[in-house]
Amino acid sequence: MGANQFAAMPHVGESVRRVEDARFLTGAGNYVDDIRQEGQKYACFVRSPHAHAVIKGVDATRASQMPGVVRVFSGQDIDGKVGGLPTGWLISNPDGSPMKEPAHPFLAIQRVRYVGEPVAMVVADTLEQAKDAAEAVDVDYDTLEPVVDMRKAEDGPALHAEAADNRCYKWVLGDKAAIDATFANAAHVTRIDLVNNRLIPNAMEPRADNAHYDRASGESVLYTTSQNPHLARLLLAAYVLRVPEHKIRVVAPDVGGGFGSKINLYSEDAAVIWASRELNCAVKWTAERSESFLTDTHGRDHITHAEMAMDKDGKFLALKVHSDVNLGAYLATFGPAVPTILYGTLLAGQYTTPQIYVEVDGWFTNTAPVDAYRGAGRPEAAYLVERLVTRCGWELGLSQDEIRRRNFITQFPYQTPVALQYDTGDFPKCMEEANKLADVAGFAARRQASEAKGLRRGIGYSSYIEACGLAPSHVVGQLGGRAGLYECGEVRVNPTGSITVFTGTHSHGQGHETAFAQLVAARLGVAIDAVEIVHGDTGRIPFGMGTYGSRSLSVGGVAVMNALDKIEEKAKKIAAHLMESSDADIEFTNGEFSVRGTDKKVPFAEVALAAYIPHNYPLDKLEPGLDETAYYDPSNFTFPAGTHICEVEVDPATGVVRVDRFTAVDDFGVIVNPMIVEGQVQGGVMQGIGQALLEQCVYDPDSGQLLTGSYMDYTMPRAADFPEFRLGTVCTPCTHNPIGSKGCGEAGTIGSPPAVINAVLDALEPLGVGDIDMPATPYRVWQAIQAAR
Amino acid sequence: MKVELKVNGQAVGMDVAPNTLLVQFIRDHLRLTGTHVGCDTAQCGACTVIANGRAIKSCNVLVAQMQGAEITTIEGLAGADGSLHPMQAAFKECHGLQCGYCTPGMVMSGVDLLAHQPQATEAQIREQMEGNLCRCTGYHNIVRAVQAAQKTMAA
Repeated sequence: MGANQFAAMPHVGESVRRVEDARFLTGAGNYVDDIRQEGQKYACFVRSPHAHAVIKGVDATRASQMPGVVRVFSGQDIDGKVGGLPTGWLISNPDGSPMKEPAHPFLAIQRVRYVGEPVAMVVADTLEQAKDAAEAVDVDYDTLEPVVDMRKAEDGPALHAEAADNRCYKWVLGDKAAIDATFANAAHVTRIDLVNNRLIPNAMEPRADNAHYDRASGESVLYTTSQNPHLARLLLAAYVLRVPEHKIRVVAPDVGGGFGSKINLYSEDAAVIWASRELNCAVKWTAERSESFLTDTHGRDHITHAEMAMDKDGKFLALKVHSDVNLGAYLATFGPAVPTILYGTLLAGQYTTPQIYVEVDGWFTNTAPVDAYRGAGRPEAAYLVERLVTRCGWELGLSQDEIRRRNFITQFPYQTPVALQYDTGDFPKCMEEANKLADVAGFAARRQASEAKGLRRGIGYSSYIEACGLAPSHVVGQLGGRAGLYECGEVRVNPTGSITVFTGTHSHGQGHETAFAQLVAARLGVAIDAVEIVHGDTGRIPFGMGTYGSRSLSVGGVAVMNALDKIEEKAKKIAAHLMESSDADIEFTNGEFSVRGTDKKVPFAEVALAAYIPHNYPLDKLEPGLDETAYYDPSNFTFPAGTHICEVEVDPATGVVRVDRFTAVDDFGVIVNPMIVEGQVQGGVMQGIGQALLEQCVYDPDSGQLLTGSYMDYTMPRAADFPEFRLGTVCTPCTHNPIGSKGCGEAGTIGSPPAVINAVLDALEPLGVGDIDMPATPYRVWQAIQAAR
Repeated sequence: MKVELKVNGQAVGMDVAPNTLLVQFIRDHLRLTGTHVGCDTAQCGACTVIANGRAIKSCNVLVAQMQGAEITTIEGLAGADGSLHPMQAAFKECHGLQCGYCTPGMVMSGVDLLAHQPQATEAQIREQMEGNLCRCTGYHNIVRAVQAAQKTMAA
């Protein structure tokens, strides 16, 4: 099937209201903290109050004698007995040597390396008893000087013995000598220094675990807030517990948002499942929000210097980038890959820059581990490229759209100098549509009106590209990925014609139960409510890699489509038998099988019934049943792209930035459910505006204490912060999957921050402000204005 | 201590520890798990319920303070026949939810808002909903949902 054929099917492109909403709106959702198991005990973690310290001893004598306490575990109980938390990616240095990969025990052994790191775990009959006893665990620390600022990491005290200079890796892509030669002869060079601010993901549902051990079967069941339950099971089985995989079942039921922070396999996940096996009872733990701030993986945190060489007409000749990136105290599951593989390879952006050289230094610091956060590496790349490109234009006297247009890639497929090959896109059209939707023509008049009120108005552009659905697996393997990145889909047609679909992707807000049901309903000509989508349970789903990188539809959806192809193929044979015809003459349309050129037909449900009650069935040639599984490993990434235009009003007296309107024209390829896609863009853009204007994770530079550890200190976007949205789409179908979809989950977060900051700088340019870092808070903006005076 | 109150129209009496929070009572004692805990500190609003006609954050009051009170949780909003409350229906129609975690609190806040300010403007709705955090939707469709419910409820 081709993308155009797919797009024309019923239900595809329809804003079907969500199936999952009925339970969420009536309080019938089933999140991990809602689960109560027979005889469950409660865990409370004793966490390090220090950023860096030697543990001289953990004395649980007092705590162990307190009421209700079942057991107190510490690092001594696991040392040498169980494994640590692994990372999923191996990044190599320029000389081919591997990155430094220190051990990551799930309860600290001998040393703590960030505030909040689990040191001991108390298990008690009630949560209150566990909390009280946790207070009574005496930990004796010898504090060490912490490494908080990654720019000082190289000369700071070593966190890990294997990395004396605190460098995890240096990662390089491109030919430095060739680039230097180009720079030496360039007509113009534009330089920029940027900070990509550290963020805390803040899914509204705090992380939670509830594990149960069945002594009879030796099986553990872990209910956990995960975006990728199969990956969690694989890592727990192979690295942590070292038990056969079939003895662990991981269930991620309703999960309240992830944004990347629920990819990582956490200490608490490992500790809870391990303790339940040790104690032979169910153990439950739910994070308090303060624990989420301290220990959920954080995002971004880059310091970058970049230079663009151009000819006299503003044509890009070469891009040179150096980034220092903070990996935190330990390597998270995707941690090493995010600021390298998912960052450096995106630096071509939408432009024909023929030469690119990027160098990344990854540092260990005494801060929480850093991992994927919505966009994961791609927002960092887009922020750099789009801030730099706008500055290139300004230095050459070219408008933001003109400098981009002069450098847009227009021929596809396009091989970038940074490994990726874009299959398709229409960058000029996205920009043209965005210009119209944003009413750029009317900007000058709006600016005048703002000025009349004493306000400064600015407009900012961002023409981002991203790479979704990481693939193919063999390439991911060459890049250091330790897992495959295919997806699995099983379609089980039930005897009475209803359909259960098992997908290895996971929905934590994305609406798969609706969008995937649309696919199936379209393909089989059945009603949407005859289809049930099952996800998030390793006990029910053959296998899966979970949801991140906007991969669910373009990888997982295709796996389901491929399984549906197999269903159709088999069903046609059954139908041919029922209608006493040959397989080749059977057609399948709108849920009915017919014999070409005759009026014979048989509905899908009848074929399904025949498959399970094979009284009149070609048993000599065909097995009974109608249940097919497909694994899909894409041949390339998908490349959603678009242009975002932000318009802001700045009050120079207070420094307050108000986003007046935000326009996004995105090319997601074929869209299955426009309502869901629009919701993803709105939420993503809001998170991007949050990064640009509000959010910042701050550690005290001397002590390494987290200063933004609550919603009173970490500024989340709220309802009143919302701008007027103007959303549009362009469609160039993905060329290498049968449904033409590219993914939409992260585009908003990737495209929006540079558009916002470019707009702020455009507004402040007349006041002499040339640069500002995110978040552009009133304080920072006001200071920048004062400094420019 | 013994507490007696009405939850979703049903009288409940129970012996609880005096330090039991209302949200613990609702979730752990009554097993009404639709009311969520997002921050434990009255900042995120996921635990919002209606008590004696006002929206409150149930993580921030003791059930002991609720003697004799009438509480409505998300489970008590739909009609006896299962028909959705206009606010619930509007959230579905306007795609005002994604992961569903903040949703019960959002819906209860929306109900309370319109009960006291049936004519609220968009700006007032945005202002009034500031006590509820959502990370998925960017709030746009939540505000649209409250506005849509406003129309249905006025009709």
